[in-house]
Amino acid sequence: MTRKLNTANTLAQAICLTLGLVAASSFAQTIKVAQVLELSGGGTAAGSQYRNGAKLAFNEINASGGIMSRKVEVMEMDTQSQPAIAKAMTVKAIDEKVTAIFGPVFSGSILVSQTESQKASIPNFTGGEASNVTAQGNPFIFRSSFNQSMGMPKVANYMATDLKAKSVVVLFVNNDFGKGGRDAIIKELTARGVKVAADISTDPGQIDMSSTVLRAKQANADALFAYLNEEESARLLKELRKQGYDKPLVGETTLMGSKVIELAGTAANGVRGHVGLTADAPMFKEFAAKYEKEYKAKSDHNGIKGYFSAYMLKAAIEKAKSTDGKAIAAAIKSSCFKAKDYPGILLDVCFDDKGDIDRESFLVEVKDGKQVVTATLPMLVKR
Amino acid sequence: MASVRLTEQVNKKDKMTDFLQLLLSGVATGAIYAMAALGFTLLWQAAGTINFAQGEFVMLPAFAMLIGMSFGLPLWASFIVAVALSILVLGAAFKNWIVDPMRGSGVVAVVVATLGLSIGLKSFTKAAYSAEPHPFPSIFGDEVFKLFGLTISYSDVGALVFAGVMVLGLQTFLNKTITGRAMQAVAQNTFSAEALGINVKRMIFYTFAINAILVAVTALLITPTYLAKFDMGDNIGLKAFFAAIIGGFNNSRGALLGGVLVGVLENLAGAYLSPAYKDGVALVLFMAVILVKPDGLLGTPQERKV
Repeated sequence: MTRKLNTANTLAQAICLTLGLVAASSFAQTIKVAQVLELSGGGTAAGSQYRNGAKLAFNEINASGGIMSRKVEVMEMDTQSQPAIAKAMTVKAIDEKVTAIFGPVFSGSILVSQTESQKASIPNFTGGEASNVTAQGNPFIFRSSFNQSMGMPKVANYMATDLKAKSVVVLFVNNDFGKGGRDAIIKELTARGVKVAADISTDPGQIDMSSTVLRAKQANADALFAYLNEEESARLLKELRKQGYDKPLVGETTLMGSKVIELAGTAANGVRGHVGLTADAPMFKEFAAKYEKEYKAKSDHNGIKGYFSAYMLKAAIEKAKSTDGKAIAAAIKSSCFKAKDYPGILLDVCFDDKGDIDRESFLVEVKDGKQVVTATLPMLVKR
Repeated sequence: MASVRLTEQVNKKDKMTDFLQLLLSGVATGAIYAMAALGFTLLWQAAGTINFAQGEFVMLPAFAMLIGMSFGLPLWASFIVAVALSILVLGAAFKNWIVDPMRGSGVVAVVVATLGLSIGLKSFTKAAYSAEPHPFPSIFGDEVFKLFGLTISYSDVGALVFAGVMVLGLQTFLNKTITGRAMQAVAQNTFSAEALGINVKRMIFYTFAINAILVAVTALLITPTYLAKFDMGDNIGLKAFFAAIIGGFNNSRGALLGGVLVGVLENLAGAYLSPAYKDGVALVLFMAVILVKPDGLLGTPQERKV
């Protein structure tokens, strides 16, 4: 009887061990990544687009055999558009032993959360554009779009040279993203001899823009530069139209984004400016069609950022031949990647030693509810 | 000298135009706040209910209209469907399933229940319709016209007229019709009204139904600016509550005054102080009124039953 029990015990232990080993080996075969994004709150429009773009890319990557024959397992975490929750979610992602973290998109959130991914030596891709995001000396942070200080010279050039504006109203949202953009554009405009006729701050989530627009009108400048998040941009454009504002409206990326165009309707027509990424550029057309088919909505620059980031991780792992965080980071730093070698990244791209990005960009104008590319600008640094 | 004087005159005229522009836009926004505030006061008077889900009650018809339009209905038809659904769900179901079972437990129980309802409705909408904002058309169009130097939008004029007609129509209904007077009698003293043969239950239902219509109209007018989003009710609910307190919680005309005051002062503070102070205006006004005239500007002191 005792021998029978012992045999049964040994057998049970063996089965458990085998199952454990099988589970462990299948676990090791996947590459875990986390999307820590604004899936609710004020940044939902941006965060959801980024999430969708990255999800589309990972689905494609998995369908074509994964990264170095390993499938990618994606976790999604909601920052509720709040920096403190973004930090907590990043810690949670690290506890899950992820290979890379995607997001947050809001500059204020990534500024806080990146200290955690840096401590854990985990590459962290972000859609944040504030200049100080890559100024923290973090070797694991990588942008998916331009640093504000790289996009703004192009916008300021456009206003000074193409629009021949002598004075400009600068309107910004009072958060890290907005303040960073405001500082950068004022510096660039001043350097080109363009006067800042009014410097107007708006609140995140501001609903009624009537007094803001009135102040802009009172400044009587040659053009208006607006740097707000998506929802606020749409409300601003509607109010500008409502109050009959007739000066050129210029933006950097967000103001001409597809979500803003969708929300603002005809009020977005005539808006122009510089975008680092636009689904309407010829090289993004195929991606844009796939995104629209999958999500029944148009991708904006954040959708491209997510898609690009996912494929950038794939390119870096394949280049480093390792999923170690330090090796991945080293593979990206001070390197260029060509779209013909890594088609998922969509456009040739170069990273500097801080994680800032350089690539071609575009001047666009919104016509009949669509972003129309009016010029393609070369990389800032010739390589 | 003459040119300086001319410039001063032009500046003065511009400033006056700006002021009038702000006033008009503030009154239009305030009139919309007033409708939601009016719902607050009606529910309080008739059923002793403070509905902290009033903001979400505005959000739901907005999504109902979006769903209607996604089925190809024009906005006006979607609005009619939304009003019908609103009366059914936010009027009858809310009264029968939440307020009536809670009423015996006192005001606090209803307040807590509506707070819970507010969170539940937001979560439900977020799960069903995503957390992204959705565009919403204006029933009056996006066009503008010029009048005496002012740029006026049809949507502002429409909102003002629509809200004005709703509020004045409601006042007339309450004061001039037998049903309206019966509803007022119930609001003043339920027991006496019942003794006089008034169907109290029906009158209370009418109040909930009127609130349901008011929130649907508010949704129609305010969503083009607020954008349809699961948390769009946070702001409107809060502003309407402040407006109701400022005007007087037990006076329907007070809600109108409170709403317009909040709308106009917000605009003026945003333009002449700083846009950053704009959202604080309602709160400052609210605190000032509570300190100086706790029953609200048009409210009357209420005796407490012991």
